[in-house]
Amino acid sequence: MPRPPLTAFATVQAITLRAFSPKNKHLLITSGVQISQDFYLQSFVSIASLRSKVLTSNYQCDGFFDEMLSIPEGVRSHYRQFVESFNQLSDLEFDQKRRGIDVEFLRQGVTFNVYGNSEGTERIFPFDLIPRIIPAGEWETIEAGLIQRITALNLFLHDIYHEQRILKEKVIPSYFVLSARHFRREFVNFPVPNDVYIHICGTDLIRDGNGKYLVLEDNGRCPSGVSYVLENRRGMKRAFPRMFEKIGVRPVDTYPSELLKMLRFIGPQGVGDPTVVLLTPGAYNSAYFEHTYLARQMGIQIVEGRDLVVLDSRVYMRTTKGLQPVHVIYRRIDDDFLDPTVFRPDSVLGVPGLINAYRSGNVSLANSIGTGIADDKVMYYFVPRIIKFYLGQDPILDNVPTYLASEEADRKYIMENLGQLVVKAANESGGYGMLMGPSASKEEIEEFRKRIEADPRNYIAQPVISLSRHPTSCDGKFEGRHIDLRPFILYGEKPYVMPGGLTRVALKKGSLIVNSSQGGGSKDTWVLYGNE
Amino acid sequence: MLSRVANSLYWMSRYIERAENLARIMDVNMQLMLDFREAGSNRSDAHWLPIIQATGDETLFGEFYGEVNSYTAQEFLTFRADNPNSLTSVIAQARENARMVRDQITVEIWEEINRLYLFLRSSRAREMWDSNAPEFYQEIKLGSLYLQGLSDATIPHTEGWLFMQSAKYLERADKTTRILDIRHTSLPAKGRPEKPLDPHESLEWAAVLRACSAWDAYRQIHGADIGPVRVSNFLILSKDFPRSVIFCLAALDSALRNISGVQPGRFSNDAEKHSGRLLAEVQFSSVDDIFNHGFHDYIDLIQQRFNQIGEALFDAYIFKPFNEGEETLQQQQQQQ
Repeated sequence: MPRPPLTAFATVQAITLRAFSPKNKHLLITSGVQISQDFYLQSFVSIASLRSKVLTSNYQCDGFFDEMLSIPEGVRSHYRQFVESFNQLSDLEFDQKRRGIDVEFLRQGVTFNVYGNSEGTERIFPFDLIPRIIPAGEWETIEAGLIQRITALNLFLHDIYHEQRILKEKVIPSYFVLSARHFRREFVNFPVPNDVYIHICGTDLIRDGNGKYLVLEDNGRCPSGVSYVLENRRGMKRAFPRMFEKIGVRPVDTYPSELLKMLRFIGPQGVGDPTVVLLTPGAYNSAYFEHTYLARQMGIQIVEGRDLVVLDSRVYMRTTKGLQPVHVIYRRIDDDFLDPTVFRPDSVLGVPGLINAYRSGNVSLANSIGTGIADDKVMYYFVPRIIKFYLGQDPILDNVPTYLASEEADRKYIMENLGQLVVKAANESGGYGMLMGPSASKEEIEEFRKRIEADPRNYIAQPVISLSRHPTSCDGKFEGRHIDLRPFILYGEKPYVMPGGLTRVALKKGSLIVNSSQGGGSKDTWVLYGNE
Repeated sequence: MLSRVANSLYWMSRYIERAENLARIMDVNMQLMLDFREAGSNRSDAHWLPIIQATGDETLFGEFYGEVNSYTAQEFLTFRADNPNSLTSVIAQARENARMVRDQITVEIWEEINRLYLFLRSSRAREMWDSNAPEFYQEIKLGSLYLQGLSDATIPHTEGWLFMQSAKYLERADKTTRILDIRHTSLPAKGRPEKPLDPHESLEWAAVLRACSAWDAYRQIHGADIGPVRVSNFLILSKDFPRSVIFCLAALDSALRNISGVQPGRFSNDAEKHSGRLLAEVQFSSVDDIFNHGFHDYIDLIQQRFNQIGEALFDAYIFKPFNEGEETLQQQQQQQ
């Protein structure tokens, strides 16, 4: 009998059609795999002659910065080649390619898990076929800015865990660092291998109304999303092989080998051929797909806490042939859960004794312990000063203007303008713990007012940035949707920035929230060899 | 190989084999029932009850359903989510294990398991089952066979694959004996059955063969002459038929020895000892020995021996490495 794709496709279609008939609503809800309805609506509504309309008057920029189109010039020069090729596709072909990729992702289980559900619901990360394109010149600036930033952050982390010069010279008030939730006193004066703290960083960039790139936040703990970059690219290459050839897009698929090279580089001294493993919290973690994906691409073992054991301050994994030594751990577990004997005693994800082995220099961790402080949104406020202090340079990439609730003047301003600002908790991520002033209800605003008063150290506020938009196929036509960009930076022997990154797109009309847990999707990001 | 990974590969493989056997049992017996229509519902009870019993979940069945009939039996064994041995549960568990070791299996294998899982969860599966159950069960059987082909053709035949092989053959040997045992009540407790078969019984023994995919192979040797002794001989002692007990035991024994690298005729752990010993015993048995011992008893006995092999395998490769670490750790902590 014929095997997939036809069979699999039929299956998907059946699930989908069912999903929309009210009578069968419960079927979808009770099934273990919930499938985003929007995602499927997009996939199956017949997409009639929409491509040619991308650039017609139907498409509205609505006063936002549009990545592809400028008024009145039309298509920006770095999108021209793409649009030309794209317009040669028939509607049917485009439709088939979309379906092809969607079905492919479902079959492969390119999914993320959503928390707050009893048995962990898996979802497909919605993918939009229109790539976001960055010309070489623009990318050079981004790359330089990211390298500058990670370099400065590593110097900063080293400093605050050693001499604390930046505090002594009062560039940053000591109070902010010492009160940070993720400042690890236990690791003051601990020499991390090669003095590198953040080995893997995923910095979120946005573009404002003028198209200027701004840093939104640094993710220096366990940034995720890189597997979607790689999978998206694979899907796009299969769908549009000729375009890649013609347009000249820089490859992203060397990332796993760069990552492995970096991980091997940080191996403990005296170990010639270090064994590298990826430590995952397990199959129910939201990024489990990514963990297995990266481990497979690098050809390393993926381990859970229970697979590791520490003997005599050395780490081993339990294999069918007995215990085998482990030298480098790419951990996708937060500091708090790494070792129940040192951090949270209730952690079942960690490895008892791991920190002892780490302290003894017998095992290396990426990222190092204590990097969470660089993710603190209050510390973010100080990054421009950090860059200036350690490198004597002005930041290449600017921050979003930020107000600290713990500063008297700033707090006054925040409290008076809550309805216009975005308020963020200093230590939350994933779009949680946030107040979007303009769209919040009165109750929500008052709730945040109370929270800020109770704990000002834990809050910052920023003006609402009108994120740039990008043509995105929505319910059978193209519309502008807000996007951001998460590039990935590795810091081993020398820094490496993957050319591209994860472009996240807020699929809901008008929404500024791109997080996958809150209705975001993604796009492939093309960094061109040239400028056109 | 990580012990946990070996464990997951082992269970993934067992669950897939289990699903295929379940699908065959259901398919064959449902079709058989079509021939029994005129015999009334009594026959239906008598037909399905032993099948439920053979899966070992009779008590659980009693908790959900009042009576055994074609519908409840099939529903229980196919879709019932709170029956851990229903087709749906078994495939879900195979997938769960596959998910734990996604980095160790090939994309092709993962996708097929995932496809089966999504299919069983879709409303299409129910519809297909309602309108054309044989096609539904065929889908599962083909899925399993496709997966076996994939694991042979896309995975290096090293340790992980050997764990999958061991699991498959152990599960298969067990299921063959369970299918064979379904009709044991028509046989004497001890000795060869002498009573000629009535037409229904002939059909039932034919169904046993079909449920083991053994119908064509059997007919090539014995023609259409169906009887419990020949069927048992074939399904237990045929050296060459890939679902016979002896064939599965030989394959299991060889997979186990390849994992440790031990020579034939020797053993380095209890799993190898038990499997080698059981293989030799079956090799040096005749069908008369089996019936003289008592058919049902014999089946019971070798099923226990299968479990023993499974437990020993777990001890040797999965449990022991964990415990060794733990013990040394405790000793160390005491010394400190």
